[in-house]
Amino acid sequence: MSKRNQIESAVRDEMAAGNGLLNRRALLSGGLFAAGAAGIAQAQSSESVGANAPPWMKVPGRDFSGYGLPAKSQNKVQRDYPTGQVRPTTSSHTPLHLLEGTITPNGLHFERHHNGVPDIDPNRHELAIHGLVDRPLAFSLDALMRYPMETHIRFIECSGNSGSYTSAEPSQTNAGAINGLLSCSEWTGVRLSALLAEAGIAPGAKWVIAEGADAAAMSRSVPLAKCLDDAVIALYQNGEAIRPEQGYPMRLLLPGFEGNMSVKWLRRLKVTDAPADTREETSHYTELMPDGKARQFMFPQEVKSAIIRPSLGITMKGPGFYEISGLAWSGAGRVSKVEVTADGGKTWALAALGDPVLPKALTRFRMAWQWSGQPAVLASRATDETGETQPTREAWLAEYAARQGYHFNGIQSWGVESDGTVKNVYI
Amino acid sequence: MFIFNQQFYLVGSLYIVAAASLLAQELNLGRPLAPEEVQKIDIGIATDGAGLPPGSGSVNVGAEVYARKCQVCHGPDGSGKPQDRLTGGVGTLASATPLKTPNSYWPVATTLFDYIRRAMPRPAPQSLTNDEVYAITAYLLSVDGIVPKDATLDAKSLPQVKMPNRNGFVSYWPIPKK
Repeated sequence: MSKRNQIESAVRDEMAAGNGLLNRRALLSGGLFAAGAAGIAQAQSSESVGANAPPWMKVPGRDFSGYGLPAKSQNKVQRDYPTGQVRPTTSSHTPLHLLEGTITPNGLHFERHHNGVPDIDPNRHELAIHGLVDRPLAFSLDALMRYPMETHIRFIECSGNSGSYTSAEPSQTNAGAINGLLSCSEWTGVRLSALLAEAGIAPGAKWVIAEGADAAAMSRSVPLAKCLDDAVIALYQNGEAIRPEQGYPMRLLLPGFEGNMSVKWLRRLKVTDAPADTREETSHYTELMPDGKARQFMFPQEVKSAIIRPSLGITMKGPGFYEISGLAWSGAGRVSKVEVTADGGKTWALAALGDPVLPKALTRFRMAWQWSGQPAVLASRATDETGETQPTREAWLAEYAARQGYHFNGIQSWGVESDGTVKNVYI
Repeated sequence: MFIFNQQFYLVGSLYIVAAASLLAQELNLGRPLAPEEVQKIDIGIATDGAGLPPGSGSVNVGAEVYARKCQVCHGPDGSGKPQDRLTGGVGTLASATPLKTPNSYWPVATTLFDYIRRAMPRPAPQSLTNDEVYAITAYLLSVDGIVPKDATLDAKSLPQVKMPNRNGFVSYWPIPKK
């Protein structure tokens, strides 16, 4: 049997869906024809083995450092943000296409701020809780540190993330530029319900107006029910104090809700009977529909996924075995399944989900693929534990006015050309 | 008997307090806030106008303050560039080219006062006087005829302003059942 026939026969045996998608066991074996350990040339006899050693094995390494930095070769792994614009630029993106796993390094968490990152003196910062409460209270950082804490891995996604999918032509930008208003961290802090209980919620309370101590005094109305559910006053991000860009010394964390509501630099929570219709919940973060009406208070980020590898800028190196890898998430809970297609949506196969699959957190999915070298269209489609599945782009667009870009969660796709380049395409 | 009752009462309430602490982890480390302290930090305005301060501002004064402090970013008459457009677009929301501005899109006028006072002008937020904020609000609304050219706004009149898109929002909370 020729090599080509062998591959074709093996692909047939392991096929999970059209155009080369393979069974998940192919991920473990490293493809269909994982090479056995080839004979490794032994060092030739010589006076010292150093002749065969790389230079860094022949000089002592550098000393300890107080706060470690990424490898020198990683200096291109940066948040991406527009430069040369009139300040303020609106946001910086997590370079998802340059990262793996599910946890975002603190220095690469996406940023969205409304008048810069404030330089807050933690000793002069307090969190006030007032309004419809029995006892208005202010909590210093020191006071909050004494409360029992909890730790949760949760994503934060700006509701404007992937908004470029509403443009008529596919945006030829990389996965980070398209989907990088999305990050996932291990957050530690104090359950908000405990602090609200101490203030005592008065009758008639239904909303909480959250306000930041930034130069926009950014504010949003949050349902009291969410504040009493899983809301956290977060103090730590991946084990260290929250970064200034993420709200130091404290931020509100509303798991699964659009990122803007997890108010950073949190200084004030006013319990009220009604939302305030703040600028960020009228002018922005509302979803205009074709009839001219707009959705307001659309809070949860709906089930969503994106293939990160391959993606634009990550060129395929000839036919053969590839792992397709991407991220899936839902503001409603856990991701229950991710399906992948390599033939533009004609056939789908189940991807492997990386453990642990946590609610309101990023889940990494992986799919084995034997690329034939022919053009292919890859896409992913996630379903969450509430049974919701991502709509097609077309179905999503039909719900909204032209160019309305908040809460896009339609199916995303990449086109692989026969020369291995990857382009953004719509299916 | 009296003493016994008191002891019983004391023991009983200690038990309740202890049980509550176990459940809710009440530590009571918050500093009580006096009403004056709350007043100093509570800069938000409710949609019914609660929180609006004393003072007032006219369209004419607003035009002058706008020209001095806002126009460099928002253009003449709120026409935009380099920053957000603030006027125009009324009646365009259901068209193929909807133009969302405070005047065409925002449902209540209190949001203008709230946002301008807390966040504008960008290089010097929270520097405007209450009178200036009323005046700028009146001026911007007058550009699209939402208030007359001779209007003066204050805590009483501002919440009564009828925004063109006041019925344009559909609440998505609680989440509608599909």
